[in-house]
Amino acid sequence: MTDAAADRVADSPALSTSRGRLIGILIPTAWLLLFFAIPFLFVIKISLSEAAYSVPPVSDFLIWQDGWPVLQATWANFALILDDPLYLQALLGSLRIAAISTLLTLLIGYPMAYAIARAEPGMRTPLLLLVILPFWTSFLIRVYAWSTLLQDQGMINSALMWLGVIDDPMRMLNTEFAVQLGIVYSYLPFMILPLYATLERLDGSLLEAAADLGARPATTFWRVTLPLSLPGMAAGCLLVFIPAAGEFVIPELLGGPDTLMIGKIMWQEFFNNRDWPVASALATILLLLLIVPILLLDRTQSRAEQG
Amino acid sequence: MRRGSFLTLCLWAGFAFLYLPILVLIVYSFNASRLVAVWGGWSVKWYGELFRDPQVLGAASMSLQIAAISATVAVVIGGLAGYALSRFGRFRGRTGFSTMLTAPLVMPEVITGLSLLMLFIAMEQIVGWPAGRGMTTVIIAHITFAAAYVAVVVRSRVAGLDRALEEAAMDLGARPFTVLRRITLPMLMPGLLSGWLLAFTLSLDDLVIASFVTGPGATTLPMLIFSKVRLGVSPDINALATLIVAVVASGVLLSGWIMLRTERRHARQVRAAFRREGAMDGN
Amino acid sequence: MAAADSTDTLVSIQGVTKDFGGTLAVDGIDLEIRRGEYFSLLGGSGCGKTTLLRMLGGFETPTSGRIMIDGQDMADVPAYRRPVNMMFQSYALFPHMSVAQNVAFGLEQENVVKSERDDRVAEALEMVQLGEYGRRKPHQLSGGQRQRVALARALVKRPKLLLLDEPLAALDKKLREKTQFELANIQVKVGITFIMVTHDQEEAMTLSDRLAVMNAGRIVQVGTPGDIYEFPANRMVGEFIGTINVFEGKADPENSAVHCPALPCPIVMEDRVAAESGSQIAIGIRPEKMRIRKAGPAPAEAAPASNFLAGKVEDIAYLGDLSIFHVRLADGRIVQVSRTNITRRRDEPLTWEDAVEVEWDPQAPVVLHQ
Repeated sequence: MTDAAADRVADSPALSTSRGRLIGILIPTAWLLLFFAIPFLFVIKISLSEAAYSVPPVSDFLIWQDGWPVLQATWANFALILDDPLYLQALLGSLRIAAISTLLTLLIGYPMAYAIARAEPGMRTPLLLLVILPFWTSFLIRVYAWSTLLQDQGMINSALMWLGVIDDPMRMLNTEFAVQLGIVYSYLPFMILPLYATLERLDGSLLEAAADLGARPATTFWRVTLPLSLPGMAAGCLLVFIPAAGEFVIPELLGGPDTLMIGKIMWQEFFNNRDWPVASALATILLLLLIVPILLLDRTQSRAEQG
Repeated sequence: MRRGSFLTLCLWAGFAFLYLPILVLIVYSFNASRLVAVWGGWSVKWYGELFRDPQVLGAASMSLQIAAISATVAVVIGGLAGYALSRFGRFRGRTGFSTMLTAPLVMPEVITGLSLLMLFIAMEQIVGWPAGRGMTTVIIAHITFAAAYVAVVVRSRVAGLDRALEEAAMDLGARPFTVLRRITLPMLMPGLLSGWLLAFTLSLDDLVIASFVTGPGATTLPMLIFSKVRLGVSPDINALATLIVAVVASGVLLSGWIMLRTERRHARQVRAAFRREGAMDGN
Repeated sequence: MAAADSTDTLVSIQGVTKDFGGTLAVDGIDLEIRRGEYFSLLGGSGCGKTTLLRMLGGFETPTSGRIMIDGQDMADVPAYRRPVNMMFQSYALFPHMSVAQNVAFGLEQENVVKSERDDRVAEALEMVQLGEYGRRKPHQLSGGQRQRVALARALVKRPKLLLLDEPLAALDKKLREKTQFELANIQVKVGITFIMVTHDQEEAMTLSDRLAVMNAGRIVQVGTPGDIYEFPANRMVGEFIGTINVFEGKADPENSAVHCPALPCPIVMEDRVAAESGSQIAIGIRPEKMRIRKAGPAPAEAAPASNFLAGKVEDIAYLGDLSIFHVRLADGRIVQVSRTNITRRRDEPLTWEDAVEVEWDPQAPVVLHQ
């Protein structure tokens, strides 16, 4: 009773009737359960099935034998993935590339977010807009733009050769470097926005207090600014790392054949080899690897809201 | 200040990094030559080619329809979810609810796309709907992840609203539905609008999920671009990119200008009000 | 209070001006603050008091003028090298550090060795009666406790000068009164010069050895609380500190009198009226320096020839220890008179609409400059 009463106090009037509450929670819950959560069960199911020459190209999970249902589950797809160094390399490679790119994004994004947060109040919104603006133009086309820039005859090589820095074009396209560059470029706004949010909320008098107590600017940064912006850094890094680990477009357009990333392999298994069970098993493994980071992200976000 | 100038340098270097590729695309969209390395003089022929290509036009119209419909539904679902998260306090299943809204933001698209396809196939086998895949299934997929983004936008907007305004309306005798219609929705309008725009852009931008859940006859613009880009350099893509940039930039400039104008007018009115008050105090 | 008679100057502010893009926050201030003194800058919001304090701390740079602390020009000394510490209005306690870590932070910057650091932190926390709380985080403390941590953190460095920005503003009234005395005691004990910014005249009066009243970026009056209360330099000071009844009239220096059209008889003063004969001047009289009584049945003949007025009680504010009467004069203006409630209220002889007479001694009025 007391809990219910406390909840009612915390309610907002517009949707506070029990019917309003029900609608507000039920519709999104039903939608997300059906189209986001439950589908994973089907992926897991397919990952335990065998491939078959049929439409769809999987054998039935459940077959009827002498009037009895028999479960036709198999671990073969997972065994295949764990046995084949290609898949393992792709898995580890994805995590490594995503981690390095996340670190680079943080190194580039932090000073930018800090500069915007320290800019004059009237300038902050326009500067933030400049960060977000590229995000509103096609992601695909921007990644493609890098592929033209990084080509052997592309602008960067031409410029470096004209400057005399190099004599022959550097191979940049179709390398892991290009993939990392593409990830940093595409996900930079996701790093800057949460960082900016925490840095902007940082109480300026704390920095003044540190200076007042004798801390030089660098000390103030390490002892006060950086620790207090940790939540923003955590959110930003997770927002970059998680989707980057499963990225398909960037390794496909900028990476070479030896740049193995799990998203690309999965795509190939699914579309080129039509091996749905292996693709599903790969998706399942990736999902398992990412569950902890996703829960962490959810936690940092709800904590940011409370604090 | 040395540190200040270092930060400013970082900021502008970052902006150069963000905008360089876009600038290059724009310049090359006017390149008469098909080759990137060769400047063949100024030309607008790729724009003409773009507009004469029925495939591009068809895919663009398909994508715009999908984006408009899915953004609208996503605003309803995501708006409700964001409101619930911000205002309903603790309720049973809140943690799961919040996780289901956070996860789509970061879930690798290959996973989301594959799992939705598996769902659609299973649903077709069990309940017979959706029969086959195409525009409808793409719209459902886009609603799902766009709703999560809308929820984030609406949630922060609701958190910034003064709860007392709704309570005051209630106190003055407005029924819950009236409060929603006359107070809550108008105050949330900017958040809903930017949520819609975000959902619209996300839908227009999606390649991976659409590739999984679409069917024959429903080719979206990103899918078309992807197939062209994979085949090598295609200058008409530069032209398309330039058009997108132009539309987005003019939209942003326009809204920025409107915002600036209202802000200035407000500031003027506030100053005038203070002057009046000051004059009254003086007497 | 401590060392108020010492004439040894610690802080010297010379012609300091601060221009914030066209608005003069501080407008040519000259001020000397003595060693060991508790000094207050008092004024309403936007009077420039906080800007002046922040310039002392090194958080703002003067547009022109000079600030000397202990004989050293502070122009090129950044905040982190000044022998000055500040207690921020928001306290600015580092939320990610414990109470002890907060207090130790300043000592770490001076590279004080760990053992000495620990001793001094413990000593500082003991002084503010928070010895037990070293391990807590700031958010686990009450408002009053946070305030004391902020004080300990600023004092542990043994600065030459402590700046306090509205140190008690965030506390509720009861706690504020208690803390005022603690603050004063600590100041006496450590012997450090305190400069406090406040908008609360009562706080400034209670705590300060001397105070400066500021308005519109300038200093209007500097003096001891008693000087400023009893001899306000002008009308603004008189009205800002306490309540004052202002009467305007023509000066009559020969008779030490002022003739006010609003009053039935002249105001006669003990002191000389330093003004040209016939010039328009303002006179202030504090409410507690007036006496009120019920008008007799035939007031006209008994009326004194000076320092007297008659009116009707319009309002009574009963404050417990004293009552404030709003007396309406014939021309409609209100005069405030306060009276200590020596007797129980049950016996109150005065009530609304009563005709009353008010009088005062010749030493009560004070000339106010504009």
